[in-house]
Amino acid sequence: MSTTPEPVLPGAAAHEARWKRLPVVWQLRRSVGLQRGMLVAGLVICAAFVLMAVLAPLLAPYDSNQLSGPDGNFPRQAPPSAQFWWGTTVGGYDVFSRVLWGAQTALLTVVLAVVASIFLGIVLGLVSGYLGGWLDRVLVTVADAIYAFPSLLLAIVVSIIISGGQSSFFGGITAAAISITVVFVPQYFRVVRAETVRLKAEAFVESARVLGASTPRILSRHVLRNATRSLPLIVTLNASEAILTLAGLGFLGFGINPTAAAEWGYDLNRAISDVASGIWWTGVFPGAAIVLLVLGVTLVGESLNDLSDPRLRIRRRLPRRVAPATKGAA
Amino acid sequence: MTIADERTVPSTAADKAGGSGLGRYVLVRFLLIIPTVFILVTLVFFLMRVVGDPISASVGGRLTPDQLAERLAAAGYDRPVVVQYVEYLGQIFTGNFGRTLTDNREISEILLSYGTATFELVLFSLVVALAVGIPLGRIAAYRRDQLPDAVLRVFAILCYATPVFFAGLLLKLVFSVWLGWFPLGGRAEPNTQLILDRIAGSSGINILDALRTGRWDLISDVLSHAVLPAVALGLLTAGVFLRLVRTNLIGTLGMDYVDAARSRGVPESRLLRKHAYKPALIPIITVMGMQIAMMMGGAILTETTFEWRGLGFQLAQYLGSRDFVAVQGIVALLAVIVAVTNFVVDVLAALIDPRVRY
Repeated sequence: MSTTPEPVLPGAAAHEARWKRLPVVWQLRRSVGLQRGMLVAGLVICAAFVLMAVLAPLLAPYDSNQLSGPDGNFPRQAPPSAQFWWGTTVGGYDVFSRVLWGAQTALLTVVLAVVASIFLGIVLGLVSGYLGGWLDRVLVTVADAIYAFPSLLLAIVVSIIISGGQSSFFGGITAAAISITVVFVPQYFRVVRAETVRLKAEAFVESARVLGASTPRILSRHVLRNATRSLPLIVTLNASEAILTLAGLGFLGFGINPTAAAEWGYDLNRAISDVASGIWWTGVFPGAAIVLLVLGVTLVGESLNDLSDPRLRIRRRLPRRVAPATKGAA
Repeated sequence: MTIADERTVPSTAADKAGGSGLGRYVLVRFLLIIPTVFILVTLVFFLMRVVGDPISASVGGRLTPDQLAERLAAAGYDRPVVVQYVEYLGQIFTGNFGRTLTDNREISEILLSYGTATFELVLFSLVVALAVGIPLGRIAAYRRDQLPDAVLRVFAILCYATPVFFAGLLLKLVFSVWLGWFPLGGRAEPNTQLILDRIAGSSGINILDALRTGRWDLISDVLSHAVLPAVALGLLTAGVFLRLVRTNLIGTLGMDYVDAARSRGVPESRLLRKHAYKPALIPIITVMGMQIAMMMGGAILTETTFEWRGLGFQLAQYLGSRDFVAVQGIVALLAVIVAVTNFVVDVLAALIDPRVRY
């Protein structure tokens, strides 16, 4: 977690335009070579999925739960054809449309889950780390216990409570998002708390306290901004895990009702039995969508991780080799 | 559990200073199991009770209100939640995890009959994960920022990005449907399973039993059933190991003692093999503990995909039939297993690495 001085001239960053210092943009501008390639590839994939989600109503030939067209019911398990580009499922849904609509479900859930867990994680982490005492101990123990537990199992338990298993579009998405939130809060909590504990001892916090600033003010003005620096990184890592958890829930039948929305995990569950008879199109496409989206998000996360770590960052050509800045952290 | 863990690993237990030896560490670490299990069991209990009682959840719609009330009273679900909770804790403390609603079996009996299958699956997967992850991680670290590294890193991310059930689906499609090399699912052919179950003192772990018979046909049958599930679940973890070995190896290669050895003229390959490699492997043990939890989650999905009749498969069945007593029991049980595994792994890590202690 140590920070090293950036290899730029002092004050150079301050003169950059504000938007250039935004988390992802800043790293993108500093990256070179392979790492830049990974970051760009990841960003492109993510953007494609966002477009897919937003434009699903325009792009998808059918609704996510449409079973019949102008000329009667859709065939079941029909192979890819001109009418059904990626074939139809065992239930008679159009695979191509379901994959497109599924992007909407996945992104909505992930955004909800990540926003909720960041918010809760930051609040709990700040308070717990700054105030300390028994509250801190209890929260840390609980967070550690949750963290050590298989996240999917916990998500299942929570989703049972919230929705009894199946539900409508928004109901299902909220249920899935809350299940994922419960699992991920401890991770944000741990990071923010650790940073807060470190910052608490810093001189600038102490001087603020001496000057008589109130605790909420110290937390919001002085600690928050410094404690959340590493969050963009965790967000990307978490987002990918959230997609996988959602798919896992759907696969086990705890996702969103198939008539309410398209969900890739659920479609994969139904595709498992198709495989035995050689029907590949029902499973391969939704599965590939999950893999691609997670790949995109993870590529962004990995690159941010590398760029934030001086040992891993590929530097722009410098006149002399600079010795690794941090050691012993390995 | 995520990629972010990589570099924070070796410090896990190192901050408890002032201890007086390994024995003390083991004891303290052992006592830490109790709050972990307690918290999880409590959490699961109250979460499950928020919905209502398990009987209404599973058979509520099919009974009249009177019948339902009778069933509830018989099972003790009409009493205050706190009373039920204390009773539940008492039961768990004595190793009684309750009975399932749908088929009235002891949860602990389910563990005995299906836990071995899950154990076997996790074991096979670990073998795959280590065999794939460690050598590839070494290559990636050594050829850092070159083509092999780039390819391997994408491979690692792909391993992580592919849900086990999709990996399983693809493997099934290619290797059992199209190529016909491996069976579609299950742990063994029915005949084989019969023979294995009849062996005196059958351990329930198929491969062990098959090895004891020494019959090649049984062994190959068990192994051929295990290949696809083990690869599906193992690749997931292999990606984690690959990244871990790569990052740590890069870290140790930059250490002063490696520089010192290099300046003494130790050849580059020997540096990698002897000096940098071993310390880089130690975190694997710690991470393996964390991976066990992830593998348990993965096992549920893998077992469902391959109809591998283990704990996860059973859990999915009970989930499907809304038997929440069974779900609660199995989840509580898994909490114990995860906590104990983490303990064992931490002790192992302390035994092997003198830096991680007390």
